Amino acid sequence: MSDTTSTTVAATPSKWMLIMREERELTPEELAGFSFDEILEQMGAYNEKLIAAGVLVTAEGLAPAAEGLVLDFAQTPPIVTDGPYGETKELFNGFWILKTASREEAVEWASQAPLGPGVKLELRRVPSIAEFDIDNEHIQRERAWRESTGQL
Amino acid sequence: MKYMLIMRQTDEAVEAMKTADFESIINAMGQFNESLVKAGVLLDGDGLSDASEGFVVDFSGPTPTVTDGPYGETHELFNGFWTIQVSSKEEAAEWAKRAPLSPGQKLEVRRITDMSDFEDFADNEYLRSEDEWREMSAEHRKGEQA
Amino acid sequence: MNARRAVEAVWRIESARIVASLVNITRDVGLAEDLAQEALVDALAQWPDAGVPQNPGAWLTAVAKRKAIDGWRRRERLDDRYSAIAHDLSEETASVDAAWEPIDDDVLRLVFISCHPVLAREAQVAMTLRIIGGLSTEEIARLFLVPVATIQQRIVRAKKTLSAAQVPFETPDPAEWKERIASVLGVVYLIFTEGYSATSGSSWMRTDLANEALRIARKLAELVPREPEAHGLVALMEFQASRFAARITASGEPVLLSDQDRARWDHRQIARGSAALVRADAVGRGRGAYCLQAAIAQVHATSPAYADTDWERIVLLYEALGRLAPNPIVDLNRAVAVSFATGPATALRIVDGLAAADSLRGSHLLPSVRGELLARLGRAEEARAEFRRASELTANERERAVLQAKATDLTA
Repeated sequence: MSDTTSTTVAATPSKWMLIMREERELTPEELAGFSFDEILEQMGAYNEKLIAAGVLVTAEGLAPAAEGLVLDFAQTPPIVTDGPYGETKELFNGFWILKTASREEAVEWASQAPLGPGVKLELRRVPSIAEFDIDNEHIQRERAWRESTGQL
Repeated sequence: MKYMLIMRQTDEAVEAMKTADFESIINAMGQFNESLVKAGVLLDGDGLSDASEGFVVDFSGPTPTVTDGPYGETHELFNGFWTIQVSSKEEAAEWAKRAPLSPGQKLEVRRITDMSDFEDFADNEYLRSEDEWREMSAEHRKGEQA
Repeated sequence: MNARRAVEAVWRIESARIVASLVNITRDVGLAEDLAQEALVDALAQWPDAGVPQNPGAWLTAVAKRKAIDGWRRRERLDDRYSAIAHDLSEETASVDAAWEPIDDDVLRLVFISCHPVLAREAQVAMTLRIIGGLSTEEIARLFLVPVATIQQRIVRAKKTLSAAQVPFETPDPAEWKERIASVLGVVYLIFTEGYSATSGSSWMRTDLANEALRIARKLAELVPREPEAHGLVALMEFQASRFAARITASGEPVLLSDQDRARWDHRQIARGSAALVRADAVGRGRGAYCLQAAIAQVHATSPAYADTDWERIVLLYEALGRLAPNPIVDLNRAVAVSFATGPATALRIVDGLAAADSLRGSHLLPSVRGELLARLGRAEEARAEFRRASELTANERERAVLQAKATDLTA
């Protein structure tokens, strides 16, 4: 966190998306050491902690990428093909969205995630609708929708 | 079932976006979002700020290490998504087709896991015996309390 | 990707808007639906090879209109319904307009017709799922675990009833509004509750049916944003649906509210429920029965643990609900809340009052609650008898198992 220019942003509460990335397939040895039950347990405990702290907005897991679809907008209508979209490193299989008081807090929560070797978390800030041109009719409507669905 | 529509793009599309008419993009997106809301299928959707503003936490070492973003190349990243609740994979694809995106942009459509994904595990012998063990130990604990 | 299912997906998205546009011309829901279905048959024949057109809704609407004109030419003398349409139509109006957009008001009129009081409840349910939800007869039959022919008959009869009654295609007068919107919301909630706690079948709940209802409710709230109860209904259903993942074990056993793992609740959905309730309140016309029920569900949804539940607040909300819409089920639920806020003895007096009034005869709920209260008061023998009685009265197999287990637990 060497980026000192954005410290003004640091204290602003905002939403962060924590994207679960797998750098590589696990080795058979690593896989053998895995207990599915233990993972469920640890994830459950981590989620409970996020809920108790009032920071969890949403968390979802995704079904295998091969089961998904890819739409290419190179032409109209777009070309639909079966997934996966790309290599393991390009994909992700789950995410959390947290609402934290600062980006340091987001990094702190991310560091506590029960993840292991071969896994990275990509943290991305979710800009608030307030950062966009408020004169635009659609932005105003989106603001209204976000308000009405608890997403501000 | 819930689906996530993940916005993917190429470097060329990122470049093109810099000179694009932002207002008309917002309007087209706004119309698309509204059609999702009116149909009762939109659950949430967000755009992400620039990937270089983000962070990467690596869990490979004994303690997690934090570095500045971006996580990777353009094709590895995404800058926005929608979550929709629909009745079939085909319906998810139909909504995805209606997104106002342009050449260089792709949508990755992924199903969000739900209870039915864990039903498989109900048949898993290992998990079933685990369940029985849990029940037995729960009974045992009850006995201790009583 | 399955080509047939791809066409069905378009239908799912567009059907209400297409039929609404067509009723505007035909003034007859049955005829409009038939024409739209015929257009769908054409789509099923053509799209798998030719691809889905750019604006599939416009395509289907144009084809349906063309069919109306053709039908008129063939049957002008036989059926004056067709000639009425043809007067308003020319070949041009039936061409595909890529910019075609239906009018929301037409969809709203269609909602009111599908839930019209001339129709029986089960006909309203079938029509709403079919016309507003865009489900096929087969899908509806599957969701309700009844034969396809049963649903088909209900829909055919409903269309005939509407036609015979010459039900106008319009939104109700202000004088009728309250009653008519209540009927619409009632139909949607009925669909939801059948999914949320199934009264028949081997499954404790059918989430797909409940989710269909939720989708229709969200759609409806967008059509009538000034109607607080529409938002209240969305809120209630979001709160209840947020518990789906925690209400059932992997092997299909129900988990009671007190035992549910709250980390498995859908917190995003709870936030949507709270927001819908805020939206209802923002209309500034007070809280109706759905809003009050949503507020009760919200207390549970936002309690960190069962032990932290604000039972006093729930008692107050049930009292308000009872004043607004007196109902023995509400009193029974109030009794449960009172048992936690004040104690089981006070609650038992309320339940005994209900039993004396014989207002819930035949329902498993009264003996089940009474059994619970008696058990807490240490009157095991009487409690066991009540649980047994309740298990004999319920039609849901899973629920019966839970009640029988309670009776057995008391023996041990």
